[in-house]
Amino acid sequence: MQIKQQKEALFGKTLPQLEEIVKALGMPRFTATQIADWMYKKEITSIDEMSNISKAHRNLLAEKFDPGISDAVKVQTSIDGTKKYLYRSLAGKFIEAAYIPERNRNTLCVSSQVGCKMGCLFCMTGKQGFQGQLSAGEIVNQIRSLPERNELTNIVYMGMGEPFDNLEGVMQSLEVLTAEWGFGMSPRRITVSTIGIIPAMKVFLEQSKCHLAVSLHSPFEDERRKLMPIENVYSLPEVLKTIREFSMGKQRRISFEYIVFKGLNHSPKHVKEMARILNGIRCRINLLYFHPIPDTPLEAPDEEIIREFKNALESKGLTTTIRKSRGQDIYAACGMLSTKELQKKEKPN
Amino acid sequence: MKEIFQAIVTANKEIAPGAFLLSFSRNFSFTAGQVIGITLSKSEEPRLYSIASGVNQDEVWILYTVKSEGLLTPQLARVKAGDDIFVTKPFGRFICEEERAVWIATGTGIAPFASMFYSGQFHNKTLIQGNRTKDGLYFYEDFKKQMPENYIPCCSREPADGCFAGRVTQYLETIGTPDPNIPYYLCGSAEMVVDVRDLLIEKGVPFNNIMAEIFF
Repeated sequence: MQIKQQKEALFGKTLPQLEEIVKALGMPRFTATQIADWMYKKEITSIDEMSNISKAHRNLLAEKFDPGISDAVKVQTSIDGTKKYLYRSLAGKFIEAAYIPERNRNTLCVSSQVGCKMGCLFCMTGKQGFQGQLSAGEIVNQIRSLPERNELTNIVYMGMGEPFDNLEGVMQSLEVLTAEWGFGMSPRRITVSTIGIIPAMKVFLEQSKCHLAVSLHSPFEDERRKLMPIENVYSLPEVLKTIREFSMGKQRRISFEYIVFKGLNHSPKHVKEMARILNGIRCRINLLYFHPIPDTPLEAPDEEIIREFKNALESKGLTTTIRKSRGQDIYAACGMLSTKELQKKEKPN
Repeated sequence: MKEIFQAIVTANKEIAPGAFLLSFSRNFSFTAGQVIGITLSKSEEPRLYSIASGVNQDEVWILYTVKSEGLLTPQLARVKAGDDIFVTKPFGRFICEEERAVWIATGTGIAPFASMFYSGQFHNKTLIQGNRTKDGLYFYEDFKKQMPENYIPCCSREPADGCFAGRVTQYLETIGTPDPNIPYYLCGSAEMVVDVRDLLIEKGVPFNNIMAEIFF
């Protein structure tokens, strides 16, 4: 089913874009600031609620635009408190956002694309193929429409899709989230994760102050390219060279995400090579448990393997944390829920 | 942005509906399977394409289909012989060095294998090429001529002489157990890569014998 989106969405527009819109509609420039204020600071759901804008101008806006705000169509709650929200994109596809409450922080993991083109061996989203880009509004809507938005402390772009394959949508969403006229969030509360699309990563490093996470998963090029086809195009040494060339400052953080696969990527030679390739980069390694997906040849590690690997990395001076597995009972690994919805939609019988 | 160089277009021919083969002079060497960045303006980020020509040819070939909402291809389709374009140096590691291998491609994903083929690397290789229609089986005649026993064209939307009727995955379903000890190189859409990889793994090919190149 395609949802007919007759009108363009206002939500997700930047202040300069809103200024262009009001100018084209013959409204005063300050109306743009008023619209941004209503959309990003007050929780309106319709243009008619923008009460400090004249009725005539509200009508004019409503003729051309929809607010573009939509609630989740489904939510699943894990026994550990993790919640997975399923949103419908403007094109009628399904995307996911996972809310992960912890003792000291509450994180939302957002999607940047419907499906993914990157074809990583361990990823469920990749099994959907690529179905479309999300607009900045659709990305920010995952935050705006989150019932727990007032408790939210951190946002990570680690849901469905490769954020830097949707650079325009992602950069615009970051602007809306961090600008004073927008949500006014600190960029230090936001992390964007990439598999290493170098040209887009450079733009992000230059134009944003948000944190960067890079999916590493193996320090060896030949092993990594069998897990992540992107290695054939943008190799890990090139990714690390790009990061080294960029001055990160003291506030900004680089982390390397490392999914541990049993018997594959946690040997002493991996530890040694990790220490070699990350030498000189102020960073943190986040170890993640692999959660097997259907038809995967990869295996989940047990707790001891991952703990020993952490200790070995730390003995080489690498700051390493183990990310707790969350929401396993609700398919919280990205892509699991939306793939199930997609399969239901495509195979109704 | 990668360093870019000017190149002169020698031809830009529509070889099938909506599919073009762009040729330009070259003054660099490359390895079959590598990609190159192309842009029409120095200020625009180059888009990546696999080189389709052989390493000893005088010209570089780029195979592309026009995407109506694409950032480059609608303009690229209007480029004529004698026009300038801007290209990066070739890069990438989707390189087949093994003596025996199976190449599997759909659509314009045939480009890196065409480059390997025109570089003379087709001996002891099997090429499985898929497309909805026969006119999208690019370089069909050349493959058929040079690899008569080891070329399997698959056509999924129309009956076509000399072609397996169905998708490449359907063809692979019919072949029994593939040799698990040789490498399989895949290039095409994410859907094709994931489906074929899953199928090969299910049939006993270890994942570390499967190399993939993706479009993005």
